[in-house]
Amino acid sequence: MSLNGVTVKPSVTLAPPQLDEGGAAALLPLKVVELGFQVRGQALLEGISFELDTHATTVVLGPNGAGKTLLLRLCHGLLSPSTGKITWGRSSPGEAAARIAMVFQNPVVLRRSVLGNVTYPLRLRGVPRAQRRSRALTALERTGLAALAARPARALSGGERQRLALARAWAMEPEVLLLDEPTSNLDPQATHTVEELVRSLRASGVKILMTTHDLGQARRLADDVLFLNQGRLLRHMPVERFFNAPEHSAIEAFVRGDLLL
Amino acid sequence: MQDLSVALSTAVALIFDWDSDLREIVTLSLQVSLTAVFIAALIGLPVGAAVGLLHFRGRRLVIAAMNALMGLPPVVVGLLVYLLVSNSGPLGELQLLFSPAAMVIAQCVLVTPIIAALTRQTVEDLNEEYAEYLRSLGAKPLQRVVTLLWDGRFSLLTAVLAGFGRAIAEVGAVIIVGGNINHVTRVMTTSITLETSKGNLSLALALGLILICLSLLANLAVIGVRDVAQRRYG
Repeated sequence: MSLNGVTVKPSVTLAPPQLDEGGAAALLPLKVVELGFQVRGQALLEGISFELDTHATTVVLGPNGAGKTLLLRLCHGLLSPSTGKITWGRSSPGEAAARIAMVFQNPVVLRRSVLGNVTYPLRLRGVPRAQRRSRALTALERTGLAALAARPARALSGGERQRLALARAWAMEPEVLLLDEPTSNLDPQATHTVEELVRSLRASGVKILMTTHDLGQARRLADDVLFLNQGRLLRHMPVERFFNAPEHSAIEAFVRGDLLL
Repeated sequence: MQDLSVALSTAVALIFDWDSDLREIVTLSLQVSLTAVFIAALIGLPVGAAVGLLHFRGRRLVIAAMNALMGLPPVVVGLLVYLLVSNSGPLGELQLLFSPAAMVIAQCVLVTPIIAALTRQTVEDLNEEYAEYLRSLGAKPLQRVVTLLWDGRFSLLTAVLAGFGRAIAEVGAVIIVGGNINHVTRVMTTSITLETSKGNLSLALALGLILICLSLLANLAVIGVRDVAQRRYG
């Protein structure tokens, strides 16, 4: 799982849902049933149903404005659905939230040191003081930020901020990681680093649900794809089929690079 | 011009002499204003944070009122506090009129809205930025407030220093409730008023110079804090 080493992608079917060491109920499967979200009468998401039951990496694809970020926020419990239901195992998103970490498209960087940004969520989630620092430093090492630990976090570049956001999420040791466009606006080198991180997180058993509008990234990272367009889920299928035989004209057009109007 | 240069040289000599009268006046000024600002911060910081974070009916009105109160005329505050602490007032039994305590109350009334209004703005802006992340982490309300106050610490310190600048420089309120009694309630601004009217320009000028230096120091501190914050925390 080294950053520079070759990472072999395991097959799609990983661990089935089960009890974790703490005996807490498993978060998988994630069940989304007839999910809808309206703002002032306008349906931003409508009739979305799917079920994710493996620790595979699921990528939410779709053009801008399709509702990808909104779907992630709803799954995290930051918003409540207008209609339908989301359950993580037997828990509601609100109950599950403490075991889920989310990395936002534009991560909020606290006015503290880089290290302080990583230890902060650990404190909120009740990690004992003695462990916070070492866990944070490990996460910073994994993300290549260890040398910047003492720096003020707000002086970081865009790519470094994105890696810091991942380090923070990693240090929390979540069971599920929600990533919203983790590499938008990053250069190829930074994108590569972030993708390697996502791969090694996946390999360590973290369920990843991420959005992107980068087809190449979906191809590189996804095990299965949720394709959203105009607030509707058009398909949920394994990544190979998505790219080779999508059986849907809008997806074919999207994969070809056409604009979906 | 002759007068001014003579007064100025005498003033400088007085400052360097640092005689006991001068020392007494400066010390009382600092005591009164620092106490007032300390109490105002204890009230203004939490009130500002609460108004910045909570949603309640009439919130806009409260914000408008806080902003308006930032520009309270000191003499009016002096008059109100006078009515409050004078023998026939509701706090008359405490016998506070013409005491440093009354001056602290008056300056506190002047400074609290400044600190509260600036805190409200700071905390609200910061919350807008942090809210979703903190919610994602499951921060409890108190943790949220502590986080916002800590991350806004430099802006908040600026607010407190602005309050101090206001307190140390105002004359209208303290002269009404303090009475400018020698060795008891005489502070720099009230002494300047008195000495000027007596024609003792050099002492007035000496006090004026010290006052300007203190205001300058407070403002330099504001700039310095902002500068450090900008460089270290963006």
